[in-house]
Amino acid sequence: MYEGAVQNLIDELGRLPGVGPKSAQRIAFHLLSAETADVKRLVNALVEVKERVRFCAICGNVAEETECRICRDPRRDAAVICVVEESKDVVAIERTREFRGRYHVLGGAISPIEGVGPDDLRIKELMTRLSDGQITELILATDPNLEGEATATYLARLVKPMGLKVTRLASGLPVGGDLEYADEVTLGRAFEGRRSLEF
Amino acid sequence: MYVSQLQLADYRSYASAHVVLEPGISTFIGPNGQGKTNLVEAIGYVATLGSHRVATDAPLVRQGAERAIVRAELVKDGRTALVELEINPGKANRARLNRSSATRPRDILGLLRTVLFAPEDLALVKGDPGERRRFLDELLIARAPRYAGVRSDYDRVLKQRNALLKSASARFFKQRAEPDLSTLDVWDDHLATAGAELLAARIGLVAELQPLVAKAYGELASSGGLPVLHYRGSAWPEGTEVPADRDRLAGLLRDALVQARPQELQRGVSLVGPHRDDLYLRLDELPAKGYASQGESWSYALALRLAGFELLRADGDDPVLILDDVFAELDAERRRRLAEHVRTAEQVLVSAAVPGDIPDELVGRRFRVQGGTVERE
Ligand SMILES: Nc1ncnc2c1ncn2[C@@H]1O[C@H](COP(=O)(O)OP(=O)(O)O)[C@@H](O)[C@H]1O
Ligand SMILES: [Mg+2]
Ligand SMILES: [Zn+2]
Repeated sequence: MYEGAVQNLIDELGRLPGVGPKSAQRIAFHLLSAETADVKRLVNALVEVKERVRFCAICGNVAEETECRICRDPRRDAAVICVVEESKDVVAIERTREFRGRYHVLGGAISPIEGVGPDDLRIKELMTRLSDGQITELILATDPNLEGEATATYLARLVKPMGLKVTRLASGLPVGGDLEYADEVTLGRAFEGRRSLEF
Repeated sequence: MYVSQLQLADYRSYASAHVVLEPGISTFIGPNGQGKTNLVEAIGYVATLGSHRVATDAPLVRQGAERAIVRAELVKDGRTALVELEINPGKANRARLNRSSATRPRDILGLLRTVLFAPEDLALVKGDPGERRRFLDELLIARAPRYAGVRSDYDRVLKQRNALLKSASARFFKQRAEPDLSTLDVWDDHLATAGAELLAARIGLVAELQPLVAKAYGELASSGGLPVLHYRGSAWPEGTEVPADRDRLAGLLRDALVQARPQELQRGVSLVGPHRDDLYLRLDELPAKGYASQGESWSYALALRLAGFELLRADGDDPVLILDDVFAELDAERRRRLAEHVRTAEQVLVSAAVPGDIPDELVGRRFRVQGGTVERE
């Protein structure tokens, strides 16, 4: 244990996701020896993010105004919505430059183990958006794990009566991975789930 | 294939050990409690990423140590592979293959295949259904490692579904509130899909095992009697033969889940699926469990293991055969017949407390195991 202020800092850092006690200690001592101006900049960034950033009233993505940059952009296709679990997924999909529609951020996935049910996600908000008749396609881009799949299945069933086009991202071998280096479990399942290509 | 070297650090009773092995027969002799089982358990761990004795990793780490390391050099078709496993109880285990650390433990599955005979095998016949399910699933994974993924997906679905059922039933009984079942249908769907994949594989495996078990039993047992294997599913009526057809099985699971729902909500657990099934073992018309004699039960258990060995062998590569202290359990005639059966495997590792327990057919290179050391005699 260190004296008051240092230990406080280590404790606070240790609460961050992915930061263990050892890293917390390393970051704390790095900050201690850093220039005051550098630390001030970090502090300001932290304060600012809490003061300025909120969640988009439409899609739930992080935003600096009532609505996020993407929802405000008139060039984005308003007929297509891509549903993701977290804001960081929006960033990942934006990087591909493949998608020109809008997003809906759920804030997680259905997981009874963690006590997360449909009511804890922004599903009501999604249904409201879908009810205005403008939207024709829904892309379900939740994570390719069990909870993401379950959430996608749940949503697909929920919106079925609306008669939208509903699609799910293809999953299988990690993109950019080499077949040779894919583990046997993944590769085996990829073979099992293979589809015929249509020309 | 065979194991050419085994190195242990802080594994069970071994602070450190290095054993150089060869193809053919090796015997490990030492009084009880000296580390024979610990040694072969470590080899089994490289094959299955689990112990045949305990369900968790904690007991595998030497008392007072933080982690255990198992390093094994494998030789297959003249090529060697070095597998290193770091067992960190409570944290993620780590694996290296040929000194490259970009390997997840599950990438190791399938590299080494073993068939391990142990005194606990009697539980295959006399024990709970869980013992027999584990026997089937381990064999499936040894043959096709992707079943490790199928199995863990199923376990995850089950955990999620049970959590939902538990909270729904608690809400219903404590607060008299209607349970929210809007997501249960989704989990039913996933349970049926994942469950059907596992079921189809198990049912197919049982069909392949049947003639091999019958043959091995005939060779081992002194009395007659025909072993009959039947996969007993919780999703269909007793006695029904169900084909290994995934769509058909998923349908059966779905229907059974609808039927079981009121009961499941009341009890807060999943009552239907491969986790509730059994491999029903008969000898002629009678169930083996509760009816077969001690000797017949032993022959049955050994026949199941030998059938597993024959299946793996038929895939083109002999698994490493491990016989841990089993001869002490058998009479002279069964010893001789078992020895006859296994001695042709590429590598056979045999342990016993005294040399006299080992049949003449299996006398090979001899190692002494004593107080956490292993020495070639
Ligand atoms: N995690 C552990 N740390 C230290 N000793 C252990 C550990 N697990 C088991 N042992 C010791 O190993 C011995 C049992 O070894 P085992 O291989 O089962 O004996 P055998 O030669 O009879 O097969 C016991 O004395 C037990 O106390
Ligand atoms: Mg032993
Ligand atoms: Zn937005």
